[in-house]
Amino acid sequence: MPESYSNAGNTIDYLFNGLHLLSALILVGTMLAIGWIVWKFDESREQAQHIHHNTRLELVWSIIPCIILVFIAFYQMNSWAENKMNRPTIEVGGQTIPKPPLVLVKAKQFGWEFHYAGEDDRIQTQDDVYIENELVVPVGQDVVLQLESYDVIHSFSVVELRLKQDIVPGMIQFAWFNATREGEMEIACAELCGWGHYKMTARMRIVSQSEFDNWLSRVTREYSPNFGSDDGTP
Amino acid sequence: MLFTMHATIMIFFVIIPILAGGFGNYLIPLMIGAEDMAFPRLNMCSYWFMWPAFGCMILSFFMPGHGPGAGWTSYPPLSVLLSSAPGSGNAQTLWTLGMIFIGVASMMGSLNYMTTIIQMRAPGMHMFRMPMTVWGMFITAIMQAFALPVLTAALLMQLSDRVLLTGFFLPEAIAANNASPASGGGQPLLWQHLFWFYSHPAVYIMILPAMGMVSDMLSCFSRKPLFGYRPMVYSITAIAGLGFIVWGHHMFISGMNQILAVSFMVSTMLIALPSGIKVFNWIGTMYGGRLHLTTPMLFSIGFVSMFIIGGLSGIVMAAPPVDIMIHDTYYIVAHLHYVLFGSSILGVMGAIYFWFPKMFGRMMNDSLGKLHFLLTFVFLNGTFYPMHLLGAKGFPRRYADPYQLEGMLELLPMNQFMTYCAIGMGAAQLIFLVNFVGSMFVGPKADRNPWNSNSLEWSAPSPPGHGNFDFQPIVYRGPYEYSHPDTETDHFPQIVAEATDMKNVEVNA
Repeated sequence: MPESYSNAGNTIDYLFNGLHLLSALILVGTMLAIGWIVWKFDESREQAQHIHHNTRLELVWSIIPCIILVFIAFYQMNSWAENKMNRPTIEVGGQTIPKPPLVLVKAKQFGWEFHYAGEDDRIQTQDDVYIENELVVPVGQDVVLQLESYDVIHSFSVVELRLKQDIVPGMIQFAWFNATREGEMEIACAELCGWGHYKMTARMRIVSQSEFDNWLSRVTREYSPNFGSDDGTP
Repeated sequence: MLFTMHATIMIFFVIIPILAGGFGNYLIPLMIGAEDMAFPRLNMCSYWFMWPAFGCMILSFFMPGHGPGAGWTSYPPLSVLLSSAPGSGNAQTLWTLGMIFIGVASMMGSLNYMTTIIQMRAPGMHMFRMPMTVWGMFITAIMQAFALPVLTAALLMQLSDRVLLTGFFLPEAIAANNASPASGGGQPLLWQHLFWFYSHPAVYIMILPAMGMVSDMLSCFSRKPLFGYRPMVYSITAIAGLGFIVWGHHMFISGMNQILAVSFMVSTMLIALPSGIKVFNWIGTMYGGRLHLTTPMLFSIGFVSMFIIGGLSGIVMAAPPVDIMIHDTYYIVAHLHYVLFGSSILGVMGAIYFWFPKMFGRMMNDSLGKLHFLLTFVFLNGTFYPMHLLGAKGFPRRYADPYQLEGMLELLPMNQFMTYCAIGMGAAQLIFLVNFVGSMFVGPKADRNPWNSNSLEWSAPSPPGHGNFDFQPIVYRGPYEYSHPDTETDHFPQIVAEATDMKNVEVNA
């Protein structure tokens, strides 16, 4: 697996490895049993046993897997909630509200637009700035993305963050993460969206807070409607 | 879009017709002691509905875009917007039509199976004296009868979205290639729910009959009663029942309600339980037996081992947090091929070797069969196992050129290895083809019961003539009385009344 860039991702890796360890044990056990049976009970034996069932044995091999499966089911629920249900919150005036999205991600055939709030600090307003195919986010912060699609279903996928969310046109999705390290990675589309599906990639940069602020004020200036006009010297 | 057609053709036009259509129509009457299926005309009708379906699928290749462009899952809006992909014109419409035809054909077949099994059993053939093959087909038919209407209705809705410009699956205010749909107000997720409500049960439709056939072969070649016959029946029933409430695990990250995902996760975990019980029972059947390692037996053991791998990877991805990472990667592709190719197809191959003498009155060559098994088994693992590793690296599925992602370039050699294995696997099937066609003409003659098996079909002539049986079969016991202490031989056919009658049977046969 590629290295994980978030704590939620680490938990997923931990579950992934744990389930594979368990599977490997079961696989080796059953394969050894089959191999041994094929080797031991061959045609040279005089007579096969005439058994139809063994209730105690059957109960054992029904109840133990059942307990294991139910345990797995409950054990992973927290991780699911962390990734998909418990959106980060902030305190505003003594009230806890869901954290507003930092970036509005709009997917289209075949590329990504990233809309940042302009001077009013709110996305989906007149002064939003948007850039294509490069997403820059600060490290060590809860980042919330709002995901929308112009045309067909796309899926926002970043392997390093263990993040994947389908984007259904007509619906608004949210995704969030908290990156623990700085780095550069690729965003891919993970839901078949047409002939150019495989090219629908974008860069993602996780940078320090100060670098992010500088970058954001630079693009805000460069992309603002007043850029290059008489009063708005860059 | 070749992968769309590969998936559609293999699932709807190969596995389901062979298992349900071919083996079902042939084996059900023979195994329950009936002279034919209940509704021959309905059967004919079902058969003739398949040809327009084939025609539509093949025509679809010759339309602009060379086949539909929306994948076998055909998610709207990609599958509905006429301008969204190169194949989204007539190719996609023909695909939808073909699917409707094949759905109607399967529907008629499933009614016929249910009626035949319920109404036409020979005297003495209680439900709990039926071989597992018949049980598998019976439960499959019930699943088809309940799930298929949903898919057919959804396909009609999609067709009407495409040609009548309705808006079942199209939301407001979207546009692809600067063309917006004529209508809106629909919900794309609705299609996914309807589609998977059929297509998850379809997974079990594709494997339950194979499970039944493998149970019969394992018992016959272990010369031992099937271990836990009733639990086996109950577990396929449980798989079928749970199979209807797990469809959401295909949609963990689709944007549906995240709390709902948790309930789908629990039902998905639970479905592993009856599957596990079946595996343990198969192993229990072999334990203490007297194993004849014939070709069908090897394929059956192969089926069990591959099913274990496919089942375990199923548990891994049933965990939604893990699924976030492996969803739409090659891990899924690996899992589905282990279950569908590794299990279903190996089961079908074994069944062909097993029932070939009954069908054509001649034996297939056992050495060629073993070679075929060995090569298929090795190459299938060489092809599909590395897909797990690719998936763990995040290698995405349905990419024309995955190396657009820089991180994937290092995986190129592994993909090349898989390609060589896949070519080897394809070549190995030529052995099977030669064996199959050759044995039809020059194979050694088979008598009525070449495998010394118990179930009813082996008391009919090989091949059975019109009306199947040349006597009225009466059933005295279950099909798995191998190595019974009262008999001198190691089998005790269902038609034989007393252990002392065994000698007469040998003479008659």
